[in-house]
Amino acid sequence: MVDVAFQQNRVQATKAARRRNGLHKALKRKSTVAFLMTLPLILLIAVLVVYPAFYSLHLATLNKSMTKFVGLGNFEFLFKRDTFWLVVKQSCIFAISAVIFKALIGFIVAHFVHNVPANKQRRWRGMLLVPWVIPPAMSTLAWLWLFDPSYSAFNYTLALFGIGPIPWTGDANWARFSVILVNVWYGAPFFMIMYLAALKSVPEQLYEAAAIDGANWWQRIWYVTLPMMRNIIAITTLFSLIVTFANFDIVRILTAGGPLDHTHIFATWAFRVGIEGSDIPLGASVSLFMVPILAVAAIFILRDVSKRGNEA
Amino acid sequence: MSRKKLSRREFVAATALSSAALITAPYIRGAYAAGKLSIAFWDHWVPGANKASTEIVNEWAEKEKVEVTIDYIPSQGNKNILTIAAEAQAKSGHDIFQMPTWWPHANAELLEPVNDIMEPLIKQNGNVNGTVTYLGQANGKWLGVPASVGSQIKGPCSRIDLMKKHAGIDVQEMYPAGSPPKADNWTFDTFLKAAEACHKAGVPFGIGLGETSDNVDTAGAIFQSFGAHLVDAKGNLTVKTDAVRQSLEFYKKLLAFLPPDVPSWDDASNNKWLVSGRGALIMNPPSAWAVAKRDAPQVAEQCWTHGFPAGPKGRFAPYLPFFWSIWSFSKNKEAAKSLLVQLSKPDSIEKMVVASGGYDLPAYEKLTTLKVWQEEGPPKGTLYHYPNPYNHQTLSIAASPAPPKIAQQIYFQATLTKMCLRYYQGESMEKTLAWAEGECEGFMRS
Repeated sequence: MVDVAFQQNRVQATKAARRRNGLHKALKRKSTVAFLMTLPLILLIAVLVVYPAFYSLHLATLNKSMTKFVGLGNFEFLFKRDTFWLVVKQSCIFAISAVIFKALIGFIVAHFVHNVPANKQRRWRGMLLVPWVIPPAMSTLAWLWLFDPSYSAFNYTLALFGIGPIPWTGDANWARFSVILVNVWYGAPFFMIMYLAALKSVPEQLYEAAAIDGANWWQRIWYVTLPMMRNIIAITTLFSLIVTFANFDIVRILTAGGPLDHTHIFATWAFRVGIEGSDIPLGASVSLFMVPILAVAAIFILRDVSKRGNEA
Repeated sequence: MSRKKLSRREFVAATALSSAALITAPYIRGAYAAGKLSIAFWDHWVPGANKASTEIVNEWAEKEKVEVTIDYIPSQGNKNILTIAAEAQAKSGHDIFQMPTWWPHANAELLEPVNDIMEPLIKQNGNVNGTVTYLGQANGKWLGVPASVGSQIKGPCSRIDLMKKHAGIDVQEMYPAGSPPKADNWTFDTFLKAAEACHKAGVPFGIGLGETSDNVDTAGAIFQSFGAHLVDAKGNLTVKTDAVRQSLEFYKKLLAFLPPDVPSWDDASNNKWLVSGRGALIMNPPSAWAVAKRDAPQVAEQCWTHGFPAGPKGRFAPYLPFFWSIWSFSKNKEAAKSLLVQLSKPDSIEKMVVASGGYDLPAYEKLTTLKVWQEEGPPKGTLYHYPNPYNHQTLSIAASPAPPKIAQQIYFQATLTKMCLRYYQGESMEKTLAWAEGECEGFMRS
């Protein structure tokens, strides 16, 4: 204290030192470092996601020629259109059924892979992930050729057994089935790999305890596996639901929304209306319609996940 | 601070040099004295066709001292219309953009009027057809110069042998190379009978009923041949008319003779149908024939491109023009106009048409009899009637004469083919018409 008392500009020096220390401490703090390291990504998301999102909100409030603010007028217009409600219905059918099948197939296949001896598992994991790692635009083209109206390889094979020809993309119900099938084929490996990771984290002792208690196969799944995987299932389902609702490429390539609009989903119809029909504000409104519904679903699912996290 | 004194001799020399520089300066032309110009051309599917456009542009640029950049933008995956939308939003991009059918009208407020060059071009090359005026002009303002590159008629391309054998129709006699068509009997009745005969013989006509351009174009021409329009030129709904009903009845009969999978056909399906030898007729520009020339020469040498059958209200054929338009935000409009004039000179047009193997169609009436269409083959003369040299059919686009911004919606929502399919699949006539009326009401929003 005595030394300090004799120093000149003591207050300023202390402040400067404190500032230096503060900055030093801030830089040493883990959260600051983490923030700085994620800053490039944050900026990238701001430029490529946040800005376009707000821009599309702005577009959705304009009239067709984009000269006048119409508020929610575009949504009012959409709510009166039968085709719009058909698209809402189809998007729900498409997304919900695809997610259910992806989850189911992913769950079953994950169990199979989990039971494969460890030295052979890597090979199976790699092979089963192939549909997910091929760019969907490319793999859907292959599916398009398999479903081709006149030269379908499936129909050729079925004809050998006296079945068909099936109008894979020409009949409303078959076309819906086809686009859902391709989406399931593409997305199931993602569920499989997530569930496999979750299965591996379930402690073996729990199964042993259940076996001692006399639990059968089904009871082990119902009382041990599923509760332990609940968070992963919830997050994977939510993530997949959002991505499937926003799907574009599979439907666009396979059916372009046809026949008679019976496979249109939000993104493909938004493209048809906004880009091909030169009505960008209406296209933006179509694509934004699901945002509030998905946001509410996300809040509920994530709240549930964090609640369970806290309980744990 | 020392100061150097300028001697009289130095002063005179400096003055002389400065004067010489000032006098000669205006005569020194830089390599790109007339500025820069960026162009977005449609990426032609015919190999080598882009080269002709590049050569014409480079020759002009050399002469006019303009620095040009050319981007060839494909229509696959709608890349061209996405780029148009992006540039229209950003109000920045190329100076010249080659726009398909409906896009000049969709962007009318953002395009530089080109009346000053269109009038002399029409004087030079002859008048343009009604569809070009309908799509290229808004309130007397030309929104672009009709581009020969990419413009096409989607008329019938028939198999000479199959039509003769199964339908008893000699398409070469009906549309002889080098002389006017003798197609008075080529009507919808004859067409239906031929469709039925070929269907029975196992080589049905390949006419799609999906939602893509080729399908909609054929439906458009058939509706127009009955005088059927969903919306008239003034924007009034005209769905519930006898003409529309007749068109639907005709399609119902025709659909019974087409392959069962036509509701899911896209623009490639009809091409594949012809090239694989499974059908006797498709509605397409000569692209399918050109592919057959490469992949199935025995099919190609039996192909003959000709006119549309006539309906009760006339003979209409689908015509899809491209336009070279100048954005209003272009910084070098004068150079852009000068280039468009160069591209529209008869020599340039012929060069581009030849490079496309006769696929491209000039919009001007004096340029429908170029040598290339007489000579292309096999068989020689197969494209002679492709450019409609005797004007015996009216070139039209589906959904016209509705105001273009409404027509564009009818076209891209494929309202016509959807109506045909709904009615064919058992929906009642009145229900189909009511559905179409509801759709068209929605397309009228401004």
